[in-house]
Amino acid sequence: MHDLKMKYKGKKMAPAINAFHTFLYTPDETTHSGSHVRGADDLKRTMNTVIMALVPVLLFSMFNAGYQHYSAINGFPENFSLMEHFITWDNLWIGLIKVLPLLAVSYGVGLLVEFIFAVIKGHEVEEGYLVTGILVPLIVPIDTPLWMLAVAVVFGVVIGKEVFGGTGMNILNPALTIRAFLFFAYPTWMSGDKVWVHEARERSEAILAGASNVDAISGETILGYLAQNNEAAMSAKYSVADMFYGFIPGSVGETPTLLILLGGLFLIFSKIASWRIMLSAVIGSLVMGLMFNGVVEQGWITETSKFYGLMNFDFWKHLIVGGLAFGIVYMATDPVTGAQTNRGKWIYGFLIGFISVMIRVFNPAYPEGVFLAILLMNVFAPTIDHYVIRGNVKRRMKRLQNAVIHPKDSDAQAAELKAETV
Amino acid sequence: MALLTKKDAGLILDPLADNKPITIQVLGICSALAITAELEASIVMSIAVVFVLGIGNVVISLMRNIIPSKIRIIVQLIVVATLVIVVDQVLKAFAYELSKTLGAFVGLIITNCIIMGRFEAFALANGPWKSFLDGIGNALGYGVILIIVGFFRELLGSGTLLGIPVLGDPIMKTGLYATGYENNGFMIIPPAALIVVGIIIWVQRSRNPALVEEN
Repeated sequence: MHDLKMKYKGKKMAPAINAFHTFLYTPDETTHSGSHVRGADDLKRTMNTVIMALVPVLLFSMFNAGYQHYSAINGFPENFSLMEHFITWDNLWIGLIKVLPLLAVSYGVGLLVEFIFAVIKGHEVEEGYLVTGILVPLIVPIDTPLWMLAVAVVFGVVIGKEVFGGTGMNILNPALTIRAFLFFAYPTWMSGDKVWVHEARERSEAILAGASNVDAISGETILGYLAQNNEAAMSAKYSVADMFYGFIPGSVGETPTLLILLGGLFLIFSKIASWRIMLSAVIGSLVMGLMFNGVVEQGWITETSKFYGLMNFDFWKHLIVGGLAFGIVYMATDPVTGAQTNRGKWIYGFLIGFISVMIRVFNPAYPEGVFLAILLMNVFAPTIDHYVIRGNVKRRMKRLQNAVIHPKDSDAQAAELKAETV
Repeated sequence: MALLTKKDAGLILDPLADNKPITIQVLGICSALAITAELEASIVMSIAVVFVLGIGNVVISLMRNIIPSKIRIIVQLIVVATLVIVVDQVLKAFAYELSKTLGAFVGLIITNCIIMGRFEAFALANGPWKSFLDGIGNALGYGVILIIVGFFRELLGSGTLLGIPVLGDPIMKTGLYATGYENNGFMIIPPAALIVVGIIIWVQRSRNPALVEEN
């Protein structure tokens, strides 16, 4: 590998070779000038930390893919035991054949685009796609066709990132750009009650076509039930513990709130992600949820209102269903697209939580809005930062104007001495 | 003697090559977003703009010495409005269905920035023949982009071209759809036009780096 690197030095393909080299080995270059201090947490390390925080979620999602599939066919087990019903080879097998291809396509296509751009532009391959690549399969429905994912990844990486100048220059979170593209381009594959569980869609199509040897299976998400004011059916099927541990249908990796929470704590303690954004986003969603609960308690809307189901949903449960927890921990905290100033982070996070729950309740077409809320706030993050900085400058200018110039220390001491001696 | 001198030919060809109104002058974006979901509408819109801008430029150019400069915008508006009404009535008489799809956007040709822009920048200062060529050239430059955008949006968004299915039948799953291909709903909504125009600008500028502005 090293010989290859030397051979291609200065050639057109050099960035691609170098990328493989640093992927496998520590770079052998030393610093030539300036500061010789090297931080241990370079971009590669940062990205790897996030990936480590995501691996438990990925593993869980593989088992959950199988669990949801078999439960939808055979009914949910009565006395659920983790080892007996969840961590089984059957479940893992479904996960392996459904989730791994999504992961492979995501990384394969995304890194290919990165390599092409690096070779054209003649810079080193950027690490930016490492995290995006694992996020993407976790936020799409399990049965997303691979070619759709590939198209969306090309779109997301080129239009969402490379046209702005590559990693670190993008306005929008690339993973969410990919999600948004899929959602608007192929809505029938991204929403409804047939896409969240493996085979649900194939089976309903087979039944429409006249097949009689298959049972229809449905995998409505919790938010989906609530949007249809069908809370009774939802709570009969899933308990609060199910929601918290993640044994519910949804996008591949968005369900296990517990593991996401652990991942989030890991990211906070390794100082990779901002706790301010996470905390304020949680507060924001709770505030919005409380307001909707209040509206219901006041009796301002009736049970027949189409918003009743979601408005009546206990405010804190919003955090454990759908993609809110996943979005807050792994998406909103993206250091490139989020707010940079501390006060800006509070505002940015709060609005993400607030708007996510608002879109959930009021969006007639699709009872989830986390990705839209985060993309919206991505766009506003620079504006928030701008006003935070302006405000800071203004405050300090004012302080400067009002400042009293104190006499020098020695003068004051002399005056004190004088007063004492007199 | 050639029909067009080299300079005159430039008037027509420049806006078609490196000075396209939409992608370089960034004029007329609004209509490019609104009506390019179908190729047919794009083509009709282009023809309408060629007609209005070609004749309008000549009329303004003929009157350029007698228009008081204080009220020139009003005079220009009257000229455009007259021509647009003619187009609108012709469409209603001979292509009623199409005039319904285009709807308000035929009327909105009046506010198309390209038209006022060419009146102000060219017709007020040049003779009728040159103005005519300039008008046709710019309107064609506008139309080319419209048709390119309309082509891709209709092909990818609906799987048809000029209303004729070219990729097979999405419901019966024939042709390309048999392999699992699906229409891209994103291409039908107006933001897609912005992205397609953006990609055209990108391609154009990377082929001709002289167009890239310093900033």
